[in-house]
Amino acid sequence: MQTSHFISLYNGQSVDVKQIPIVPIPAFRDTILEAVASGKRIASLFAAPAGPDRFSLYGILADDPSGILSVSSCEVSESFPSLTPDCAQAHLFEREIAEQWAIQPLGHPWLKPIRFHPCYRDGQDAWNRKKEEAIAPCVVDFFRVNGEEIHEVAVGPVHAGIIEPGHFRFQCHGETVLHLEIALGYQHRGAERALVAGPNKKTLPIMQTLAGDTTIGHTLAYCHLMESLSGVTAPLRAQSLRGMALELERLANHTGDLGALAGDIGYLPTASFCGRIRGDFLNLTALLCGNRFGRGLVCPGGVGFDINSGITERLAQRLAQLKKDVEVATALLWNTPSVLARFEDTGAISPQTCQDLGLVGIAARACGMEMDCRFTFPSGIYSFAQIPVSSWPTGDVFARAYVRWLEIQKSIAFLQDQIAMCPQGPVRTDSNTPRPNHFCVSLVEGWRGEICHVGITDSEGSLLHYKITDPSFHNWMGLAMALRNQQISDFPLCNKSFNLSYCGHDL
Amino acid sequence: MTALKLLHPLIALAAAPLLPGVINRTKALFAGRTGQPVLQLYYDLWKLLRKGAVYSRSTTWIFRLGPMIGISVALLALTILPFGGLPAAIRFEGDLILFAYLFGLARFFTIVMALDTGSSFEGMGAAREATFSTLCEPALLIGLAAITKYTGSVSLSQMFSSLRFSDWGQAGPAFILVGSALLIVFLTENSRMPIDDPNTHLELTMIHEVMILDHSGPDLALILYAAALKLWLLGTLLIGIVVPVHSGHPALDVLIAVLCMALLAVLVGIIESSMARIRLLHVPALLIGATTLSVLALVLTAR
Repeated sequence: MQTSHFISLYNGQSVDVKQIPIVPIPAFRDTILEAVASGKRIASLFAAPAGPDRFSLYGILADDPSGILSVSSCEVSESFPSLTPDCAQAHLFEREIAEQWAIQPLGHPWLKPIRFHPCYRDGQDAWNRKKEEAIAPCVVDFFRVNGEEIHEVAVGPVHAGIIEPGHFRFQCHGETVLHLEIALGYQHRGAERALVAGPNKKTLPIMQTLAGDTTIGHTLAYCHLMESLSGVTAPLRAQSLRGMALELERLANHTGDLGALAGDIGYLPTASFCGRIRGDFLNLTALLCGNRFGRGLVCPGGVGFDINSGITERLAQRLAQLKKDVEVATALLWNTPSVLARFEDTGAISPQTCQDLGLVGIAARACGMEMDCRFTFPSGIYSFAQIPVSSWPTGDVFARAYVRWLEIQKSIAFLQDQIAMCPQGPVRTDSNTPRPNHFCVSLVEGWRGEICHVGITDSEGSLLHYKITDPSFHNWMGLAMALRNQQISDFPLCNKSFNLSYCGHDL
Repeated sequence: MTALKLLHPLIALAAAPLLPGVINRTKALFAGRTGQPVLQLYYDLWKLLRKGAVYSRSTTWIFRLGPMIGISVALLALTILPFGGLPAAIRFEGDLILFAYLFGLARFFTIVMALDTGSSFEGMGAAREATFSTLCEPALLIGLAAITKYTGSVSLSQMFSSLRFSDWGQAGPAFILVGSALLIVFLTENSRMPIDDPNTHLELTMIHEVMILDHSGPDLALILYAAALKLWLLGTLLIGIVVPVHSGHPALDVLIAVLCMALLAVLVGIIESSMARIRLLHVPALLIGATTLSVLALVLTAR
């Protein structure tokens, strides 16, 4: 990996677009392949317009041990040689590039649309579909296994529970799943395109609803990015409050997930208790800002609401009680043999598969990977208050559940520290207009995993391109692989152990 | 005497829907909730009976026949099963074989009506039901054979009336073995935890529930009612063997039997509240275990 082929950035560091090396396509390809071979991950890979029928292909590589991001770019017009045959991590990113801009990744083994929207460029299409042709979501060929005893099971997009729409196609031999293909796109709202030419009034509400359960995570990634582009820093008190909100979001979702995992195996005590405790954690977020999901709390320049000593006290009190409750509720899980029998060795992913697919977040830490943006790419309050990485080596449902429990404990400890010593001062600084022609990558460890936002401004400081990579985008493939040779009846359990976002993927 | 013979079917028809209510309330208690009313199933049945039914174009008469067979079989089984000292309406040598296979008949029609829909979910449920009930059958029959061997009678009525509490002293281990085997059969046949989860909404994990997904309105009401009766029937069989009460007062016997049924429902609620469902792959092992218990009981009584 030649140093002239990429630029090294810290998380949230903005640079002039001109400083990002533009290398020839083969060198770009080699740079990414070598980086991935040496243990880096593709945090994002996307195309942004660079002139009429010309595009810049940006590759953002994350190196977890050093906390350094490497960014490289190349210019493409109609096609480029696909990375996917040599690097599975690029698989969905290249399908996305083809769908958005009709740029062909030549030699891609499974080039299908992922969100089923028309190409961003008028009159172009990677699959030569007619412009007037309506695009029906997920009406495509699926991978099929042939044989007399093979049966196919199609699940969704309408599900029995209150969840988002997604289509799952299983190839089964009896009860055993040979292959699972996941097709999403039903939730596509055109979020990234709606952000172009911003920021404007709509920008923040879009960020808050990219994935409804990750409001704080996505908004925080956006605000870090905007603050970096416009050269302002949020006051320390605001950073502390943001950290509290992010950890409360993590606590609510992790607790809810542990309860839902228990529910999926019919283990009532934990399911009932955790369902209630999740609501209590959400109520703590409401205590901070009046909204259970933290809408309106995080905004560029700081936070929208300050808390007084009365609220701080109530927060501390209720947190202490919830700590006891969640300990009791989850201890039942780890001490009940029938629960462990279901969790252990179900849906296991090997560390190799995890690395090959570039999984992030809980799914990766459950394969023993030491990666957590709060620790490896710290930003905001996490630069001052470190949270150790929680991991577990087995890669199965148990590991994904147990990592959640480990993180719950550390998040509560972090929250208690922050509540006890929240810095005084203002909670918001005046925001500034973003600098023109700048580029910034912002990583935040949402409760699911690494959220990557990339913003590029034009000559006037408006957003020329905005790229969002939700952790679900990396991890859906992990779920598909986890199901191989598993019982189809264990699918709901495996699915819940990942608990990925549909709308975060579909954007 | 005729009126007395019809008393058990009447009690069962009236009280069977209470059992799921008691189970649900027990589970709610463990979960710290109030839970649905004990009479919820009655309300549900009344609601469903007033609704219309939706039929898929791909189904045939088999789909509509299934629920009727199910309820008929349950009614027929009620007539050959004595309850708490009340005599059975019909009794003959070997009626326990009929009792066991009446459920086989109902199961056959449930399976074909599930296959009739052409849904992959229902197909999977049918395959699971067929597999597991095949494994249930020996546990039930061998268990009954052990009791038959002990009492020397192949009629349910005679078997029940000849059993006494003193038999526990003579053949306690055999009773424990048969009781355990029948409890597992009871849980499996009634699609309760830890074999099946009646509360789940996840089609891929269901066994019995998934087979009736396409039924609606009065058809669904019949299925739910038949399921409640099945709970009652197999519960009666289990209680009749494990708690052979003969106080001499028919009314007291009935009262004790009803109380035992309620306790059984509470026990089911406790089981469902205290453990996770076992992996589908391990259900056969559990059922083979139940069969083994029955075989051991037979060995003990056949000495």
